[in-house]
Amino acid sequence: MNRNEKPRYLLPSLVAIAVLALFLWWANGNLDNYKIQVLNLIAINSILALSLNLIYGFTGMFSLGHAGFMAIGAYVSSLLILPQVQKDMIYIIQPLVWPFSVMQAPFFIAVLAGGIAAALLGLLIAMPVLRLGGDYLGIATLGFAEIIRVVFTNITPITNGALGLKGIPDYANIWWNYGWCLLTLFFMIRIANSNFGNVLRAIRDDEIAARAMGINTFKYRVVSFSIGAFFAGIGGALMASLITTIDPKMFSFLLTFNVLMIVVAGGLGSLTGSVLGSAVITILLEWLRFVENPIDIGSFHLEGIPGMRMVIFSLLLILIILFRREGIMGMRELSWDAFLRRFPRGGENR
Amino acid sequence: MSDATYVLETREVMIRFGGLTAVNNFNIGVPQGSIVGLIGPNGAGKTTCFNIITGFYKPTKGEVFLEGRPITGLPPHKVCEAGIARTFQNIRLFYNETVLQNVMIGGFVRQKSPWWMAPLMIPSCTREEKELREQAMELLKSVGLDMHANEISNSLPYGAQRRLEIARALATKPKFLLLDEPAAGMNPQESQELMEFIKKIRTDFNLTVLLIEHDMKVVMGVCEHIWVLDYGVLIAEGNPEQIRSNPKVIEAYLGEEATQNA
Repeated sequence: MNRNEKPRYLLPSLVAIAVLALFLWWANGNLDNYKIQVLNLIAINSILALSLNLIYGFTGMFSLGHAGFMAIGAYVSSLLILPQVQKDMIYIIQPLVWPFSVMQAPFFIAVLAGGIAAALLGLLIAMPVLRLGGDYLGIATLGFAEIIRVVFTNITPITNGALGLKGIPDYANIWWNYGWCLLTLFFMIRIANSNFGNVLRAIRDDEIAARAMGINTFKYRVVSFSIGAFFAGIGGALMASLITTIDPKMFSFLLTFNVLMIVVAGGLGSLTGSVLGSAVITILLEWLRFVENPIDIGSFHLEGIPGMRMVIFSLLLILIILFRREGIMGMRELSWDAFLRRFPRGGENR
Repeated sequence: MSDATYVLETREVMIRFGGLTAVNNFNIGVPQGSIVGLIGPNGAGKTTCFNIITGFYKPTKGEVFLEGRPITGLPPHKVCEAGIARTFQNIRLFYNETVLQNVMIGGFVRQKSPWWMAPLMIPSCTREEKELREQAMELLKSVGLDMHANEISNSLPYGAQRRLEIARALATKPKFLLLDEPAAGMNPQESQELMEFIKKIRTDFNLTVLLIEHDMKVVMGVCEHIWVLDYGVLIAEGNPEQIRSNPKVIEAYLGEEATQNA
């Protein structure tokens, strides 16, 4: 356990980033669109999983409101990058109100604005909701996410109602997504390794003891919740630009459930676990699509059943809960320490 | 206001839970630099008094002063900030954190850089956390736990966990330390060491200590002044000699017959 020591592994980190960049560059030129889409989804799911892990895994607040924050981020950012022509075209029921009708921003600013809007809303709902604990908090945040969805369906002059937004520019390429993903990971690692991270874990482990140690637990729960909401907003903004079409139905509980599944499978309280988890689950979710197609085994013919992969996934989740409750990584982290120890320098005997 | 020669003073503190008056007319004054004890049979309200002093309970009536300033009704984290630290009867460490992290969490209340500076790598914050880590290591050295610094606190033996809890409380830089049954579950050898340890930290950290304890050897051996609580009411106070021979105390602990036979 070396969580306390200052990580002095700038070089291997830079090498790893370079290798990742090289791989992405290769993938961008050689893989088909579908595979690149999967790679993009891994990055976005990582951002979402990391943000939920901060709230649930590190601070111990069971929150089911992620889809709501993603919706805020997605809509705010999309309204900022939608071209004027497109705005005039898609708002057919009611025209888009000022100032949204004239606002434009570069992609980076738009995504950032999406994150900030989500964080502000997170702050607003944290005040009343975080007085609750445990399961009650889960229910309250779930309700909040549903409220957002219903409100977005009904404020047609801003969100275009159930029709949603179409033709969002697809700026979110592999570089933007992985750039934001690395930024999120870096930010989270810095938090986890700082004393502030210790404090968040202290609140999770024993809130009473934390209060006795002079920690304003309510304040830091709100802070953690808002940071999580911020990155959920970022993830939503990128997602919108990746799939270029959003509507309120998309941000249902199922979206939150997917993120929650990644976090639990990766390991609550493990950042590297969240990244690993999103890679594994995103790839599995796509790969398992074959079970929904008709399959021929010899002379035996199976009709494809839509939704079958979610059944398999729920089963997997049950198996994880039964046999490896701590997830892939538990609370541990993959660290350069452990990695470099495995490959000692020179010809040392092992 | 209050008499400033006392580090901690309570005035007519009373707390009622529904129909039950758990503590009534609780008046104590703890002189600077002393080690004092609060004893009494099970359920007498000792821990309730601790919870009132540390802000976990708000008294129904009465006031608490720290160095002459009123701290009644402040939330626990403000009380800690003001300079009161405590340990718990059933040890409450942060069990998934390392020993060093536990102590660093205690130091957070004195940390000046706000939380957002750490992820942005502001140099002053990085420097402060480094100092904090060094101070935490110093503290661990002084309680003899430095070789376990990177172990998960859950894996420590019982006595070491008690010492770690005290180290964590000391990291908040308190003026006044409350120990809730520090010798519980210790063998005579360990409690002997504990007594030396309490006296040592009193001098080293310029502390005033109030402890709750059932182990009479420890109470009599380390406390200069003792208050006895029974059914939420103070029934006696004095130095260990006076307490030992006080018939009221014997009655509270052993029943009426014991006093008659004595």
